[in-house]
Amino acid sequence: MKNIYTRIFRGRSGLTNLGLLALLLLVVLPVALPIFRLNLVGKYLTYSFVALGLVMLWGKAGVLSLGQGVFFGLGGYCMAMFLKLEASDPISTKIQSTPGIPDFMDWNQLTHLPAFWMPFKSLPFSLFAVFAVPMLVALIVGLAMFKRRVGGVYFAIITQALALILSLGIDSRQGYTGGRNGITDLRTLWGWDIRAPHSQVILYFVTCFLLLLCILVSQWLLSGKTGKMLLALRDREDRVRFSGYDVSMFKVAAFCFAAGLSGLGGALFVLQVGFISPSLVGIVPSIEMVIFAAVGGRASLYGAVYGTLLVNAGKSLFSETFPQLWLFAMGGLFIAVVVLFPDGLAGVCELLRKKIGPGLEKLRAGRSVTIVESLAKGEKP
Amino acid sequence: MSSRTSFLLSIEDLTVSFDGFKAVDALNLYIEKDELRVIIGPNGAGKTTVLDMICGKTRPTGGSIKFNQRELVGMAEHEIVRVGVGRKFQTPSIYENLTVFENLEVSYPQGRSVLGCIAFKRTSKILERIQKVAEEISLQDYLEVEGAFLSHGQKQWLEIGMLLMQEPELVLLDEPVAGMSPAERELTAELIKRICKGRCIIVIEHDMEFVSRIAHKVTVLHLGKILAEGSMADIQQDSRVVEVYLGH
Repeated sequence: MKNIYTRIFRGRSGLTNLGLLALLLLVVLPVALPIFRLNLVGKYLTYSFVALGLVMLWGKAGVLSLGQGVFFGLGGYCMAMFLKLEASDPISTKIQSTPGIPDFMDWNQLTHLPAFWMPFKSLPFSLFAVFAVPMLVALIVGLAMFKRRVGGVYFAIITQALALILSLGIDSRQGYTGGRNGITDLRTLWGWDIRAPHSQVILYFVTCFLLLLCILVSQWLLSGKTGKMLLALRDREDRVRFSGYDVSMFKVAAFCFAAGLSGLGGALFVLQVGFISPSLVGIVPSIEMVIFAAVGGRASLYGAVYGTLLVNAGKSLFSETFPQLWLFAMGGLFIAVVVLFPDGLAGVCELLRKKIGPGLEKLRAGRSVTIVESLAKGEKP
Repeated sequence: MSSRTSFLLSIEDLTVSFDGFKAVDALNLYIEKDELRVIIGPNGAGKTTVLDMICGKTRPTGGSIKFNQRELVGMAEHEIVRVGVGRKFQTPSIYENLTVFENLEVSYPQGRSVLGCIAFKRTSKILERIQKVAEEISLQDYLEVEGAFLSHGQKQWLEIGMLLMQEPELVLLDEPVAGMSPAERELTAELIKRICKGRCIIVIEHDMEFVSRIAHKVTVLHLGKILAEGSMADIQQDSRVVEVYLGH
């Protein structure tokens, strides 16, 4: 029991990290920020699920995917399809030529709901699909690539192509997917208005709790043999193979795990923002997610969250003041991180801890010595 | 002869060609249980390629490799490991970011599937085994040291230890004493002689002094073919061997 506890929470330093993040997300930000800004933070946090997946896949297992937006998008679309069907009941769509189907289908002369939309009338199925669809796609792509030993740059390029294919595919089949506009005008989740201010606050906290939960699950996985295997895989793939492991299955598993996390992030994005479109699926967001993870420190779970928040906060503030310069700033930031701080924010923190840590330790030791001395003299500390 | 059951490993007609160049040409090699065989030969003779084919890293163009009456050609690398073949590479390949303890633990043959790995638990049996292997390779005082901080010789031993964790019946060692000091070489020779019991070992080595200390039987490869085979003394007197290899 104690073992499980330490595996999940990683001792005192792990608890400190968790406590700090929880304090920031659950207390400081909700108190300090107006509701509009808090919603933005909530939106950014949904990206950090993807960054978290990238830490596991790229930072730990050494497999770089430039197509994580695909899984974010698939999770988001699964959620959006359910919400859209709920918003398209026959009464609110009675002015359409075919009432009861989503508006964009009606505009595209569809007269009945396509078969693949049918299961998304059910909430349990849709919630299941939020994880299952991204993971299934990752499983198929992963098996096809890793079994054939496609890795490194080639894998990154193929995942990037996947992102392009999916965003173009969604774009071109307007009647079935909502096309470039995406799926918009989402209102209720089982009758609960997701657009009301108090629902937005609730969704923000749900996102925070799920994010912390995902961090703990990842920590549990990393603290056991799995974490060592992923590192071993990154450092010496051949040695792992010749120790009797099927390397490809471990990569597939890491890819699926990252895809599942991204799918969850996508679903939470849709719930908070109220729409999804192909622009959130394609190449640019996929690469941005990698930048979030890199800035935070690609091997640090907490770094992924802070990196996402920081880059996005920067993006918001910067693009409000100098809209044209933002992309250059983002590119510059990425280059600076890669060149100067390959371990990102987490690496900088580690460096600071090593510089300042011994001093603090001395202070603490010094204080306890004086306490002991004063106790020895019979004084109250 | 070819189907004699006392051979743990029988290689027959093994051939591999890279773009028409035959790196190994119709090779026949039989190794018995408890045997320690050393393969020597000039650079490019095909020594490492033979090991690569046994452990599945390179696919032969023809021929067969039978281990315990089981055909290894066509099996995936990890399956070959699981039937009892362990391979040590020429340059030490250990996990630099893991400690000696973790290096050995990861090599223990349990929890090799993804789910098995997630459910893996350190039992006292595994701890004992790690302790025993660490003592065998003289690293019992380095269990908490990360692989990256070991000396070159210690890395070589650690990799041998990682093989021992799997309890393989056939051990393939590619230049195990390369870059070692004389004292380390001596310890390694003792180690290899000790672990030979109950399994068979194939060693590729250039250092003739070391070879004479450990070998039961020596096979000389030249241009992908066997030039000579026999005891160390026989080999050293063979005029062809002296000409292509030992004379240099």
